[in-house]
Amino acid sequence: MSPRRLPARGTADGRGERPLRITVDGRPVDGVAGQTVAGVLLAAGRTAWRRGPSGAARGVFCGIGVCFDCLVTVNGDRDVRACLRRAADGDEVRTQSRTRPGTGGSRSADAGADGYPEHGEATG
Amino acid sequence: MTRRHVAVTGAGPAGLAAACAALAAGARVTLIDSAEQPGGQYHRMPPEASAGHPGGLRHGRDAFLRRRSRVLTHPRCTWLPETSVWALERTGPADGPPGAGSGAPPRVHLLCGGPADGSGRTRRTLDADALVLATGAHDRVLPFPGWELPGVCTAGAAQALVKGERLVVGDRVVVAGTGPFLLAVAASLLEAGAGVREVLEAGTFPTVGRNWLSRPWELAAQLGKTAELAGSAAALVRHRVPYRLGRTVVEARGDGRVEEVVTARLRPDWSVVDGTERTVPVDALCVGHGFSPRLELPLAAGCALRDTPAGAGAGPFVVVDGEQRTSVPGVFAAGEITGVAGAPAARVEGAVAGWTAAGGDHAVPALRVLRRSRDEGRAFARRLARAHPIGAGWPGWLRQDTVVCRCEETDYGTLCAAFGDAAQAAPRVARLSTRAGLGPCQARVCGPTVAELRARLGAGPAGHGTAAEPPGHTPHRRPLAQPLRLGELAAAPVPFGSPEETPDRSGGPKPPGAADRTTPSGPVAESPEAPSSPTDPSDPTDQR
Repeated sequence: MSPRRLPARGTADGRGERPLRITVDGRPVDGVAGQTVAGVLLAAGRTAWRRGPSGAARGVFCGIGVCFDCLVTVNGDRDVRACLRRAADGDEVRTQSRTRPGTGGSRSADAGADGYPEHGEATG
Repeated sequence: MTRRHVAVTGAGPAGLAAACAALAAGARVTLIDSAEQPGGQYHRMPPEASAGHPGGLRHGRDAFLRRRSRVLTHPRCTWLPETSVWALERTGPADGPPGAGSGAPPRVHLLCGGPADGSGRTRRTLDADALVLATGAHDRVLPFPGWELPGVCTAGAAQALVKGERLVVGDRVVVAGTGPFLLAVAASLLEAGAGVREVLEAGTFPTVGRNWLSRPWELAAQLGKTAELAGSAAALVRHRVPYRLGRTVVEARGDGRVEEVVTARLRPDWSVVDGTERTVPVDALCVGHGFSPRLELPLAAGCALRDTPAGAGAGPFVVVDGEQRTSVPGVFAAGEITGVAGAPAARVEGAVAGWTAAGGDHAVPALRVLRRSRDEGRAFARRLARAHPIGAGWPGWLRQDTVVCRCEETDYGTLCAAFGDAAQAAPRVARLSTRAGLGPCQARVCGPTVAELRARLGAGPAGHGTAAEPPGHTPHRRPLAQPLRLGELAAAPVPFGSPEETPDRSGGPKPPGAADRTTPSGPVAESPEAPSSPTDPSDPTDQR
C-alpha cells in the first residue's frame, strides 16, 4: 500500500468534498480542495517526484516547509514547496530536479540560486 | 493614550495566546503566520474542520477554536495570514548592542499574501512597539543509511499530513526515534486507520523510565500533556502496537522508495548491540529525534541563546527572563524556541509574553498564576530533555557513504575527511569544501548534526552561537529567514500605517487576507477599553 487519503468525517463517500484537477508534467491528477500539492501527489500514489544531485529519488520528508526536498514548479513559479502549497483547480505542476551535470536527466543552463542547476524534467 | 502595538510572529499555541493576552491588556495586535489559519503545527486541521466541523482526537480543540475566534474577530487585531517574516532589521546603531538607544524592537520585513512560495507577493514593513517571537520548532532527525529514500519522513510530516489532509503515509508504518511525540504520531496514524507495525524509542529504560517516573507530583501540574500522552499510549495498547525501548532503525532500504528497515537493539549510549538486527518490511518510516527550534528570527533580532548540554535532543534555545523578555529590548519569545515542553506550556508562555509586551499590569493575580504555571512548564521541559537525550553512540550507525546533508548529498566520509584536516575544519571552510548545509534547506536539517559531528571529530566546539562561539558561526543564522524571489526583493516595501492606524485602514495597499477577516459577531471576551487579565478564566487549559 501507498499513502492514502481518508474521506472527510461524516462524508464517508466523500460527498461534500470539492474535487479539483491539476496536471503534473502534463498528466491530469485528481484531488480535493484543501489538499496541498504534495498531498495530491501522495494520494495519487506518487511517493517521489524530485531527484537529488546524484539522481536519487526524493519526495516529502519534513512535510512543513523546512527541508525543501519536495520542490516543484507551479504555474511557472519554480522552487515551490509542494508540502506548503495548497493545490488549486487547474494548477500546472512540473517536477524539477537538482541532478549534477553528468548524473542523468536533462541538462539546463538554468542554475538555481545556490549554484547547482535545478531544472524541469519533462520539459526536455 | 497611545496604544501599544504588539506584533506577534507565529500563530501556533504560543503566538495565539500572546495575541489574546496582549489584546486583553489593551494593546493593538498584528498577528502574523505563514499558514492560512492560526493553529501552528499543533492545531493543524483540514480546511473544512477549521470552519467549525468537529474532528477526531485533537486535544484542546474547542478551547483553541474559541480563542482563535476571539482573537481574529477582535477590533484591535490585524490578522496577516499567508505572510512570511523574511527578515528583521535592527534599528539600533550598527556597531552598538542590538536595539541600543531606541528600545524599539527590530523592523519586521514581510511578504504578504498569495499562495505559499508564489510570485508577486507584496513586500511590507512593520514597526511595532514590541515583538513577540513564537516561531516554534521542527523535527530533528539524525541521519542513518537510507534516510533519504522516499517513504522515509519525519514524525512531524506524518502528523501534518494526517492532521491537515487526512492522509496516512502508509499501512505498514514504523515510527522510530526518541521522545513522546512518537507516541502522539503513532496514535494519530492509528486513529486515522493506518497500520503501525511498531514504535521504537531509542532511549533505554533506565533513562526514559527513571526520568518519567521521578517526582510524579510534578507531572500533575502538566495534566493536559500527561493525559494526552496517556491517551496516545492507550491507543497503542488498543491496537496491539508494540512500543519498544532501546531499539531503533539503523538502516532503511528499498529500490526508489523505502521497502524495509533494519532495526537493532541499542545500549544506553545508543551504540548498536551486534547481532540484534531485525529486518521489518514497511511502506513508510517516520523518524524524529527531538526538535530544532526555529531560530532564524531570534538570531536576526540578536537574541542571546543558551546552549544545551551535549547530547540534548534539542537546542540551543532563546534566553528569556521571568516575563519572557529576550536579551533584546522590546523582543519577547514564547513557546518551543525557549525550550520544548509542548503546547500547554507554550500557551502559558505566550500569555505571559503577550501581557508583558502589551505593558499589562504586573500586579494582576492571574499573572502570578501564569508565572507559576510557566515555571512548571519549564520543569516539564527539563524532564523531557533528561528522559530523551541523544545517545553519544549514534554515529556508529553511519557508514562512509551515508548521506548527512540531504540537499547536497554530502556523505559521512567526506565530512570525516574535512574535519580531520586542520586546514578545512573551520565551519565556514568545511561548509564550502564539503557543501554540507549549502543546499536549498540552508542547513535547517543537517546543521545541528554537522555541528555535532564536527565537535565529536575533534575539530572544535559545536558552534551553537552561544558565548563560547560568536553567533555568526551558528548553523541557524540565515540572513533570509524565508525564501523570497528576486523580483519581490527588488520591489520597494510598503510600510504599514502609523501606530494609531490599523494597517487595513492606512490607505496603503491592503494585504490580501485582511479583507477576509470576519466582522465581530458575538461579544468579544475583553472590552476594547478596559484591560482585563491575561487569561480567560473559562478556559481551564490556560492554567496547565
